[in-house]
Amino acid sequence: MTSTLAPAPRRTATPGHPPRSVRWRGPLIAWLFLAPALLLFLYFKFIPMFVGLWKSLFKVQTFLGDEWVGLQNYQTIISDSEFGAAIWHSVVLALGTTIGSIVLGLVLALLIEGPARYLWFVRTAAFLPVVTTMAAVAEVWRIMFHPADSGMLNIVIGWLGIDAQPWLASEHSSLWSIMLMSIWRGTPYDMMIFLAGLVGVDRSLYEAAAVDGASTWRRLRHITLPALRPVFWILFTLAAIRGLRVFVEVYVLTNGGPNGSSEVLMTLIYKLGFQKNELGVASAGGIVLFLATLVLTVIVQVMRRRQAS
Amino acid sequence: MRFDSALGLESRRGPVATTGKIIIYTLMVVVFTGPLIGLLISAFNKTLDPTSFSLWPDEFTLENFIQAKDKNVYLYLLNSFIVVGFGLLLQMLVSVFAAYSLARKKFRGMTFVLLLMLTTMMLPEEIIAIPLSLVLSDLPLLHINLIGTYAGMILPVGAWGFSILVMTEFMKEVPVELEEAARIDGAGELRIFATIIVPLCRPALGVIGVFGFTMIWDQYLLPLIVAPESDMWTLPIALRSLRSDEEVGIGVLLAASLLALLPSIIAFLAFQRQFMRGLTSGAVKG
Repeated sequence: MTSTLAPAPRRTATPGHPPRSVRWRGPLIAWLFLAPALLLFLYFKFIPMFVGLWKSLFKVQTFLGDEWVGLQNYQTIISDSEFGAAIWHSVVLALGTTIGSIVLGLVLALLIEGPARYLWFVRTAAFLPVVTTMAAVAEVWRIMFHPADSGMLNIVIGWLGIDAQPWLASEHSSLWSIMLMSIWRGTPYDMMIFLAGLVGVDRSLYEAAAVDGASTWRRLRHITLPALRPVFWILFTLAAIRGLRVFVEVYVLTNGGPNGSSEVLMTLIYKLGFQKNELGVASAGGIVLFLATLVLTVIVQVMRRRQAS
Repeated sequence: MRFDSALGLESRRGPVATTGKIIIYTLMVVVFTGPLIGLLISAFNKTLDPTSFSLWPDEFTLENFIQAKDKNVYLYLLNSFIVVGFGLLLQMLVSVFAAYSLARKKFRGMTFVLLLMLTTMMLPEEIIAIPLSLVLSDLPLLHINLIGTYAGMILPVGAWGFSILVMTEFMKEVPVELEEAARIDGAGELRIFATIIVPLCRPALGVIGVFGFTMIWDQYLLPLIVAPESDMWTLPIALRSLRSDEEVGIGVLLAASLLALLPSIIAFLAFQRQFMRGLTSGAVKG
């Protein structure tokens, strides 16, 4: 372990007890190396978490001082129809984006699986949306979503013979338009994870199936998809953690509008906290979002266990 | 019959199959890169009606980028680079140090620390946004106000669970014999760390470097909270303010969006292998 043989008396604080100092030095060094990370986590993750929990029980006032209100902030959230709608929109958006991205990602992964060089090019090109800056991409989509006939997307669907759509401008389509962009950005990520999973499928099973005369569909159904099951769960878990917290997309594309039709939990919390200065209610909203994420994660894990057994 | 893929598409070579493949692959590339290529072309385009952007260059111009100067776009870009530069440096240092401890030391409480790291990854930063703004305006014990400072945008991204865990996994692979040999030669802890472990982990540094870059570059809510005045804005949060301008239309917005997109795309293309490795090893990006 440590250099007990080396004559280094200066390093030990108490020269009389070298074994003791050696016993302490290992862990001490370990904690020293960990200290920067732990300190940063403490200050910018854990303290805010507890501050949020604490402030959610107060009516926060900047100059008058905080006033204890107990669970009243939570009551406000539960009874408030705006919050109810925002939670519903978040869930719809999260589910729609997740399912859309996973299904499309799987189909595309199957289509471009293979060692060919040009497939590598297709993969790289298709992956670009994932690494791009959300805010900039959302600005581009906002322009493409322009509701007039001259809007980019309306021109494209015009080629297919579909009438011009209002996209973000209508209460009925704003949430779906945001979902469309999120799927566009989420699909390539899922596709890559599926591709990594497909590499691990046993090739001899395919050959055996071919010898038995199984169709492509049966091969897919009975060999490929079961082998990909762990990948599905990884993607679902990730989506459960990320899905409900969506903010930038909505903030840039619609900021919750028109008329609250695309308001999600995070945009509402942001408005409450920074525009209306209702920090107590906003903190409670954050805690609710955290609990919802936790519950969703647990549900996904339980389903996973059940299916595995 | 050989199978390299589930559908066995590569073995189908007839004219119909080939045409079908070409159509599918072209469509994929067009759909996923179309908006980005459209942006690239439009940003250099002269006539821009504010409603749409064109996929065909009418008249090449740098006008949008020149006007961007008057709108402070380059100041925002500089702010972004300051934050990502120092933020990434700090994040990588912190990750390497923490990983060294987690991968190569045994101590009581290690499981607990690992659990803490996982918790931070399960806890999306959006959830703590509001209380984080309170904490940043008055750091507990230190009583420093970080609102309106670069440090306020840099320190919170300094520790990232993903980077630490990727680095830890990699460091575990470095053979113990190398370390022990150095110890017998009388090398101290820091020397072993700096001259043996870190150099051997260079590939992993690429992974956490490219992931950290895109993660910090993409930060939105944090600068939104920390920078209330426009002189501290980073480029992503400044885009919103460039939207509607009577005189310049959307030209400046497009130029600025392009500038905001390019760095992470370049980082991805340059470090593609490392990126894919990180993606499949961790499969966790939050």
